[in-house]
Amino acid sequence: MAVLEVTNLGISFGGLRAVDNFHVSIEKGQLYGLIGPNGAGKTTVFNLLTGVYKPDSGSVVLDGTDITGKRTIEINHAGVARTFQNIRLFKAMTVLDNVKTGLHNHHSYSTFTGIFRLPKYYRVEKEMDEQAMELLKVFDLDGEADYLAGNLPYGKQRKLEIARALATDPKLLLLDEPAAGMNPNETQELMDTIRFVREHFDMTILLIEHDMRLVGGICEELTVLNFGEILCQGKTSTVLNDPQVIKAYLGE
Amino acid sequence: MTVMKKMSRTSKNNFINYGIVIALYVIVQILSATGNLSNLLSGLLVPLCIYIIAAVSLNLVVGFSGELSLGHAGFMCVGAFSSAIFSQVVGDSIPSLPRLLLAILIGAAVAAVFGLLIGIPVLRLRGDYLAIVTLAFGEIIKNLINILYVGVDSKGLHVATSAASLQLEADGTQILKGALGISGTSVLYKDIKSWYFLIGVILVLITLFIVQNLVNSRSGRAITSTRDNRIASESIGINVTKYKLMAFTVSAALAGVAGVLYAHNLASLKVSTFDYNMSILILVYVVLGGIGSVRGSIIATIILYVLPEMLRGFSNYRMLIYSIVLIAMMLFNWAPASRAFRSRVRERIASIWPGRKKEA
Repeated sequence: MAVLEVTNLGISFGGLRAVDNFHVSIEKGQLYGLIGPNGAGKTTVFNLLTGVYKPDSGSVVLDGTDITGKRTIEINHAGVARTFQNIRLFKAMTVLDNVKTGLHNHHSYSTFTGIFRLPKYYRVEKEMDEQAMELLKVFDLDGEADYLAGNLPYGKQRKLEIARALATDPKLLLLDEPAAGMNPNETQELMDTIRFVREHFDMTILLIEHDMRLVGGICEELTVLNFGEILCQGKTSTVLNDPQVIKAYLGE
Repeated sequence: MTVMKKMSRTSKNNFINYGIVIALYVIVQILSATGNLSNLLSGLLVPLCIYIIAAVSLNLVVGFSGELSLGHAGFMCVGAFSSAIFSQVVGDSIPSLPRLLLAILIGAAVAAVFGLLIGIPVLRLRGDYLAIVTLAFGEIIKNLINILYVGVDSKGLHVATSAASLQLEADGTQILKGALGISGTSVLYKDIKSWYFLIGVILVLITLFIVQNLVNSRSGRAITSTRDNRIASESIGINVTKYKLMAFTVSAALAGVAGVLYAHNLASLKVSTFDYNMSILILVYVVLGGIGSVRGSIIATIILYVLPEMLRGFSNYRMLIYSIVLIAMMLFNWAPASRAFRSRVRERIASIWPGRKKEA
C-alpha cells in the first residue's frame, strides 16, 4: 500500500491556479523527487501536504488516513515531517535542544513535573537526551550538541533540520530543496546522508530539488511540475529523457 | 559527556541567580546590622523585590515566548486589589502569616485567570497588534477598578459602581472606595511588617525557581521554539497557541504575586499607580537587562530601581545621569563591539584558568 496517495490536489490564489490536478502515489521506502522550473508550484505542493495551505480540491491520504485540509500540527502527528527551503531552525537554542523539541510529542511529562523537578522529569529528560544524541550522532553533529543552532555552518544546519524532522518519528519525510546553496562536495555528502536516512530509518522521502545531479543520482521516480500542472511522471531515467521535460526544464 | 556538561551549565547558571538574590539579602542584613542602611534605602527594599518579580515574570513573555506585552502592570493591579480585598474581608480572623500566604495565592490565582482570559483572544494577534491590545487591557483594568466600590457587612460582600449604591448595613465597612483605593491593608500586617523584605526575597527566589525550571523543561523548549520560529514549531507538531498561552498565564500569575506584595506593603493602595508608566518601567528593566536573560533582568532592576533614588542628591542632574546610565547599559549589553569585547575577556579568563571551557 502506498504511504502517500494524493489525488486531484489543487489550489487557487485569486485568479491564479497555483497547483492543479496534482496526483502522486509513493510507496513505502521510496525516494521520490518533485522537480520543475522556478514558480512551478513545488513548494506550494509541500505547503498543501503539510497543512500550511488548505486545498480547494482533491485529497491527501497518508498510510490509509485522510489528512486533507487538516492543521499543520495534526498532519505532523499523523506522520509527516518536513524541512524548509530557507532553513528554519530554532537559532537561539542549542543543537541538542532543537532535536529535543522535535521529540516533544514522544516523550512527555507535565509542566508541573517540569517546574518542580519530580523524579519523572529526570527520567524522561535522560531518555530524550540519549535519543537526541543518537540522532545527532547519525548526522555527525554530536560534537556540536552544545552549540547554538544559528552558529552552525550552513551544511550542518541543513542536516540538523533533517535530524529535527526525523525526531518527530514521521512516516513520510518532505525535503524542500535540501541541496540549495551547497557546493558539489556538500551535495555529494548530502546525497549519501539522504540515502543513509532512507535505509537507517526505513523512511519514505519526497524531495524537491533543482540539482539535476542529485535528483538523477538518488531518486527512483520523479514528477515534473510546470505552471502548476504535472508535465511528466515516472521512472527517473525515463522522465529525464522525455523531450517535453528537457524543453520545459533543461532548455532546448 | 557533552550532555552532562550542558546540564550542569544551565543548573549552574540557575544557582548563580539564586546566589545573587541571597547575596543581596545578606549584604542588606549586614548593612542594617552595622547601622549603615539609610531609611531611604531600607524603604526601597520591598519595592525592589516587587519589581524583580515583575521583571523576571515579564521576561517569560517578552524574552522566552517572544511576544511584546505592555500590560504587565494590569496583572499586578488585579493581583494587588483582589488580595487586598481578601485581607480586608478576612481581617484578624486568621493570623497574619497564613493570611498573607492565602492573599498571595489568591492574588496569583486571580491574575492567572485574567491572564488566561486575556491571552485567549490576544495571542491570536502578533507583534505590534498584541502590544497594543495588552496596553489597552492594562488601561481598561485600571479604569474599571477606578469606578469600583466594594464593601462588606453582615450580609456579605457588596460590589457597586458608586458609594451610595453599595447599600451597606449599619455594621458594614467600605473596603474599596473607587479612585481613593484601599487603605489600611498594611496595618493588618503590623506584626510581620519587619519580615517583609525576607518574604519578598523568598518570593523572588520562588519566582526564579518557577521561571528557570519552566524554561529548562519540555514545555519551556516548546515556548522558546515558538519564539525562534513559529512555522517550524508547528511543523514538528508543537501547539503554538497552547504554549504561548502557558507562558502568558504563568507570567500573569507571577505579576499578580508582585501586586500582592505591593498592596500589602503600602498603607494606601491607589489604582492610578498601576498605569502605563509602570508597565513600561518593567519593560525597560527587561530590555536593558537583556531579553531572555533572567540574570540580566535581576541586575538591571537592582541598578535601575535603586539608582534614581540614590541620585536624589544631584537634584537637577538626576535624570541626566540616569539617562546616561540607561544608554551605557544598552551599549554594554547589545552593541556588537562590546559583545566582542566580552567574549575576548571570557577567552582570556578561559586561557588563564584552563579548567574552564569557553562557552559556545
